Amino acid sequence: MSTRKAPTKAPAKRKRAAGRARPAAGPYADFMARAYVMEVDAAERYADFADQMDVHNNPEVAELFRKLSRIEALHAKRILEEMGWKQPPHALLTWRWDAPEPPETAAHSEVHYLMQPYHALQLALRNEQRAEKFLARIARAPKTPPAVKRAAAEMAGEEREHVRLIQGWMKRVPKPAKDWDRDPDPPVLGD
Amino acid sequence: MTGAKLTKSSVDSVSVALAGSGGAGVMTAGNMLLEAAAQAGYYGLMTRTSGPQIRGGEAAAMVRVSTFASDSQDDRFHVLAAIDWQNVNRFASEIPLGATSLLIGDPAQGEPPEAFTRSGARYVPLPLKALAKQVSGGWPNMVALGVLGGLVGLPADALERAVQKAMKKGGDALAAGLAAVRLGFAEAAKVEGALRLAAPRSGTGRWLISGNEAAGLGALRGGVRFVAAYPITPATELLEWMSPALTKVGGTLVQAEDELASISMILGASYGGVPALTATSGPGLALMSEALGLGVAAELPIVVVDVMRTGPSTGIATKTEQADLNIAMYGLHGDAPHIVVAPNSVADCLATAQWAVGLAESLQVPAIVLSDQYFGQARAIIDRPEGAPARAPRLVAPPDADGYKRYALTESGISPMAIPGTPGTSYTADGLEHNERGTPSSQPSDHLAQLEKRQRKLDGLDCAEHWATIEGEGDIAVVTWGSCTAPVREAFARARAEGVHARLVSLRLLSPAQPERLKKALEGVKRVLVVEQSFSGQFHRYLRAEYDLPGEVRSLRRPGPLPFRPDEIHQTLAKWSRS
Amino acid sequence: MNAPATVAALTAQDFKSDYKPVWCPGCGDYTVLASITRALAALNLRPENVAVVSGIGCSSRIPAYTTCYGFHGVHGRALAAGTGLKVARPDLTVLVAGGDGDGYSIGGNHFLHACRRNVDLTYIVMDNHVYGMTKGQPSPTTEPEWKSKLSPGGTGLREFHPLVIALAAGANFIARGFSGDPSGTATLIAEAVRHPGFSFVEVLSPCVTFRPEQRAWKEAVHPAPVAPTEDPARAARRLMTDDGFNIGVLYKGSRPAFSPAAPKAPLSPSDLEKDFAL
Repeated sequence: MSTRKAPTKAPAKRKRAAGRARPAAGPYADFMARAYVMEVDAAERYADFADQMDVHNNPEVAELFRKLSRIEALHAKRILEEMGWKQPPHALLTWRWDAPEPPETAAHSEVHYLMQPYHALQLALRNEQRAEKFLARIARAPKTPPAVKRAAAEMAGEEREHVRLIQGWMKRVPKPAKDWDRDPDPPVLGD
Repeated sequence: MTGAKLTKSSVDSVSVALAGSGGAGVMTAGNMLLEAAAQAGYYGLMTRTSGPQIRGGEAAAMVRVSTFASDSQDDRFHVLAAIDWQNVNRFASEIPLGATSLLIGDPAQGEPPEAFTRSGARYVPLPLKALAKQVSGGWPNMVALGVLGGLVGLPADALERAVQKAMKKGGDALAAGLAAVRLGFAEAAKVEGALRLAAPRSGTGRWLISGNEAAGLGALRGGVRFVAAYPITPATELLEWMSPALTKVGGTLVQAEDELASISMILGASYGGVPALTATSGPGLALMSEALGLGVAAELPIVVVDVMRTGPSTGIATKTEQADLNIAMYGLHGDAPHIVVAPNSVADCLATAQWAVGLAESLQVPAIVLSDQYFGQARAIIDRPEGAPARAPRLVAPPDADGYKRYALTESGISPMAIPGTPGTSYTADGLEHNERGTPSSQPSDHLAQLEKRQRKLDGLDCAEHWATIEGEGDIAVVTWGSCTAPVREAFARARAEGVHARLVSLRLLSPAQPERLKKALEGVKRVLVVEQSFSGQFHRYLRAEYDLPGEVRSLRRPGPLPFRPDEIHQTLAKWSRS
Repeated sequence: MNAPATVAALTAQDFKSDYKPVWCPGCGDYTVLASITRALAALNLRPENVAVVSGIGCSSRIPAYTTCYGFHGVHGRALAAGTGLKVARPDLTVLVAGGDGDGYSIGGNHFLHACRRNVDLTYIVMDNHVYGMTKGQPSPTTEPEWKSKLSPGGTGLREFHPLVIALAAGANFIARGFSGDPSGTATLIAEAVRHPGFSFVEVLSPCVTFRPEQRAWKEAVHPAPVAPTEDPARAARRLMTDDGFNIGVLYKGSRPAFSPAAPKAPLSPSDLEKDFAL
């Protein structure tokens, strides 16, 4: 076995070993289904945030969230392709995560109508970090079956990639000013 | 009412009243008298009045028996019989007597009050209580029933059938009742100077029904299968009749916690596709204002029956008036066009309620039916009532209508309504102003478009001849509505006998107003008398606001609770036509 | 764990409409919407067979944000409209939604009677202890010391305890959720819909604009320390000492749901005419 690792590629392009028959059921399928749901939920939540930013006239952040949504959707699609699934697995309510939401999904309370791109990236960063922790814990756990361990470790590695990417992005966007959330107008609207 | 022969003497019609207090049972006896009239083939009308006590209070039953159908009371009562005189004088203005009237009372109960004797009516003492004691288990009200039946000229067997029908349990109570009635009947024969009824016309297919019941049945015929309501005098009997009736036809009545709940419940049911109705009176209608507007804005068909009572505020709950016209027409905030209809006879309560359901459903809009306590609680012997003209049912959206727009700007203004359960056409009904899709909108163009749509729906209403009852010819016209119609009719008949001819226009459709039709109906008319039971003249003001009235216009108006009597209208007409 | 389903069942997204909510970003109602859509999907319902009925207020905007049939009525009367709809159309699943002002103030009377009437529907209140839509007045659940323009020194009034009142008035299922826990709330809502009779789910849903301090609710909420009870007396004791932040199903009763009489063979109105014909 080579002691040198293959050079890391951009996460979107890495594919897991293709051609191996995927079991239809069992711990590996369950894990991949959960991973799929994690990605899809993240994609939907980012899309939700993008809509909110649209409605609240924050186009720059809307576009950023939309981009993040597309990326997560791609991750999800990749899982479908690898598993050879035609239909996505039904997200069952009985699947409980450690937290109220899947690890890669930010809570609704984390957005603000005046938030800056930097805030959005901070939010995304936290998402990736949580996802990495979650996957790494599965990879480390002694009870985890080997196939799942492998997949989890791989995915955790991808998440670490995402973390680095986002950190790089954050260097390229301006840091928010002290009064970023100042709005001199009072709230309006009444029914 | 067709072909009724009205003469100057009242042999075609006799009006009697029975009064008493403290459990005397005057209502029971009055109902039996009306039933006897029905059994004998006559037409009739029973109204009632009582003191404020829940039980044991003074009460009077007023029964008119005639050879022709009429919802009106006569000018005066021919007989007032009293089991006792306790506080009966409070009914003096409701039981007008004349010099030819009879006052029948039990001498053991004292003299009749001056409030009645001042009329010049003749006092005929009859020991009702003593007579009743002659029968084991006999009651004075049953003796009085026999007396009145005999005085009116009803056949004995009709009276006895009525008693049997009322006392289904039979046994000793029935035997005692019959015996007491016979005693009273025999006494009546001894009384001089009483009027006798002419023989009845052969009339098949008559009904005995109250206005409230007729409205309920009309609503069921119209398709109502859900009712939510809160009890209120004088609408409660409508609801009490409808509750088991609805269950029998597969519908449901829910007693709501208040009128605010009632109106919202029926809006919810209507949204679900089920024709729905509530019944109330003035105070309840006032509470329903807001949600009625929701019905207009969201285009939800519902029917609200307002059995009008004397107002304002709590007013006189047990008595009638025609003063809710304003709130029915103009009581919604914003510009909220809707349907307002009013029956003009007890029989018409059925057709008009049925029509209201049809109008509401086909135009997808709330409809208010202005009945009143006079109709609602009167029990009348009528010809089999006619139904309402048929109307198109609710326009419903088919499944998966592509790009479904609930509030599409159609030519007629009526847009198909999606019923929950239909795939592909989900929408949110909204009181917020909205665009064609139903999305809330603050755009001026959307507001204007939807206002026009909702108005257009009503403008396009083809009410054919049903918008009013029009009778007679002449250059003097009486324009009226609701329960004033019957006394106007009787007044006309008397006027005709004197060679005074007039035209009656009784509006049934109040909103949307029909100015062109009224114009046509009043062609050639030079004098218009507006008759109504409203102190401020709400109907007169409504007419002046919505129509052009020809020639000279006079208002004959009075608040409730006393009904108009034919003579008052007759004299007014005659005097005016002579001047 | 089960194998992933391969049938194309509906997902939560199928219950979300195209309308973008106007709620402030950060509002708890977003998660309640997500929880509702997730619950409806998990229950294998179809949008056309579900109706969402609401009153007036920020949270009452919710019907149009779903693909279900919606009814956006007037302030405080959502439970009445929902009752009428469910009794007339028992085949539909009816959710009634609104805020604490709509539900407990102007809607208070209907709340009492809806609990008592026990019609099979689910009432979801998004409670943020404030009137948001009219810009920040105290609501019945606002703490007595909270200062506002309408009540500058605070209301000084003891807050309304909706769960206690729901129990006393006869609600058949009582739960509290927190918008910070969408999957937990989704589970509560699904259970509430499944439970017959009147099911009441109060969801603490912070108002980011008028009550930003409610961010602290995240730390205040905690799972209810005991399992749900079927004993009203025990539930009453628990709810009377409830700190307002117990999360979970607190009471599950067994009263039969409102069920009006229905004849096997309905008559037609003309069959009733014999009551009047002479």
